[in-house]
Amino acid sequence: MIPASFDYVRAKSLRDALNAIGTDGTKVLAGGHSLIPMMRFRLAQPGRLLDIGQLAELKGIDLKGRGARIGAGTSYRELLDSPELAERYPLIAEATRGIGDVQVRNRGTIGGGLAHADPASDMPAVMLALGATFNLRSKGGKRSVAAADFFTGAFTTALASDELLIDIALPAPPKKAGMAYASFEQKASGYAIAAAAAVVTKSRKTITGVTLALTGVGDRAYLADASGAVGSHGDDAALEAAVANVTKGIDVNGDIHASVEYRSHLARVVARRAIALALSRAG
Amino acid sequence: MKRSIALSVNGVSHSVEVEPRALLAQVLRDDLNLTGTHIGCDTSQCGACTIHLNGRATKSCTVLAVQAEGAEITTIEGLAKNGALHPLQNAFWEKHGLQCGFCTPGMIMSAADLLASNGSPSDEQIRHAIEGNLCRCTGYQNIVAAIKSAASA
Ligand SMILES: Cc1cc2nc3c(=O)[nH]c(=O)nc-3n(C[C@H](O)[C@H](O)[C@H](O)COP(=O)(O)OP(=O)(O)OC[C@H]3O[C@@H](n4cnc5c(N)ncnc54)[C@H](O)[C@@H]3O)c2cc1C
Ligand code: FES
Ligand code: FES
Repeated sequence: MIPASFDYVRAKSLRDALNAIGTDGTKVLAGGHSLIPMMRFRLAQPGRLLDIGQLAELKGIDLKGRGARIGAGTSYRELLDSPELAERYPLIAEATRGIGDVQVRNRGTIGGGLAHADPASDMPAVMLALGATFNLRSKGGKRSVAAADFFTGAFTTALASDELLIDIALPAPPKKAGMAYASFEQKASGYAIAAAAAVVTKSRKTITGVTLALTGVGDRAYLADASGAVGSHGDDAALEAAVANVTKGIDVNGDIHASVEYRSHLARVVARRAIALALSRAG
Repeated sequence: MKRSIALSVNGVSHSVEVEPRALLAQVLRDDLNLTGTHIGCDTSQCGACTIHLNGRATKSCTVLAVQAEGAEITTIEGLAKNGALHPLQNAFWEKHGLQCGFCTPGMIMSAADLLASNGSPSDEQIRHAIEGNLCRCTGYQNIVAAIKSAASA
């Protein structure tokens, strides 16, 4: 199927884009790998597309200092093509390798994935676990939103209709942290039925910190409490207990791929796997 | 409303009249008669429509033709040079990497993207690289063998 009719404008500069965004019926187009499929099914019928896909201002990875800044228009392929990024944040590379397929990763952008906020997409959980901050801009000004405040529901974020996600700022990872991504994928689409991103620190054999984020489980990616693992050695029983409540307070999604009960179970499984794997890489 | 855009395909610049909603796959097939690029699904999953956009394997059913203005497009028709088949085309032939052939143009374009950055891929890397291309006939074994053989050709 082809999309319903719309008008198309290509932004020549960031300024150009900020002037054009926010007008009635305008939708931003980056890699188009979430938006175009939705338009083909007529689930989205924007009156006008503002193409930001060519803006050099939105591309690139800056690793100066101990953190990172990633342009919203950077493709998944470009993330994977940076060994420096993979070394500092192995979690990003591990999760990105599992997104769609080569063709999808060649076109899809990190900013598009975050702004789209599909409840089953991978990058939101990674950003939560790494404590990312999103820098937004409109014609009138700029503001920063923590990843933890950005995802507000299924396909909804803190972005206002006249705002663009410009880049993502990542803090330096905790010293000697281990990181891991564990996903239980829906085989045909590759999207997560449940996936977990974990960042773990330890001192000698004892876990000293765990940050855990889940995606695919509820209507949005979220930070889950696995602090019960702190102080343990990360043996099976300790991790089992630590992840027992990771879906507490979450309205777990049930669909043709997994019932509420099964998905809740998978959430605990991927959480435990991610923490155990991260622990094995810490130190 | 239709607009005139310039598309650079296989090294030749074409001027075409398209609506913004026209998908690149359709324009290649219907306006430029480059029917080697196939359309096998509605869900961006099968990969039969894979072409190169600035050298990168891309599903042309999920790109608007207007988005491709200014980019270098290569289709399966652009691989053979001076009448000589591309090593991947030869290898698919030699190794029986196709049966009905519907998936083949997309498979070859994905494989060409892989070989451009990895001259001697392992079986696992090959399988990972064609994850976005579905084949209903071969069971993939001979496709992997063909790509491997092209890499060493
Ligand atoms: C076959 C297939 C398989 C896939 N599998 C996976 C998977 O396994 N895991 C996964 O996580 N994703 C998957 N995806 C989705 C893919 O990752 C998306 O391409 C990507 O997440 C969206 O990025 P994009 O640049 O294509 O965004 P677009 O489709 O261009 O835009 C998506 C949305 O974000 C908005 N937007 C884009 N950029 C900005 C910006 N800078 N500021 C404000 N708003 C913006 C757009 O207006 C739109 O609403 C898959 C897609 C396909 C087609
Ligand atoms: S036609 Fe199936 S992915 Fe493009
Ligand atoms: S050869 Fe028939 S689909 Fe692959």
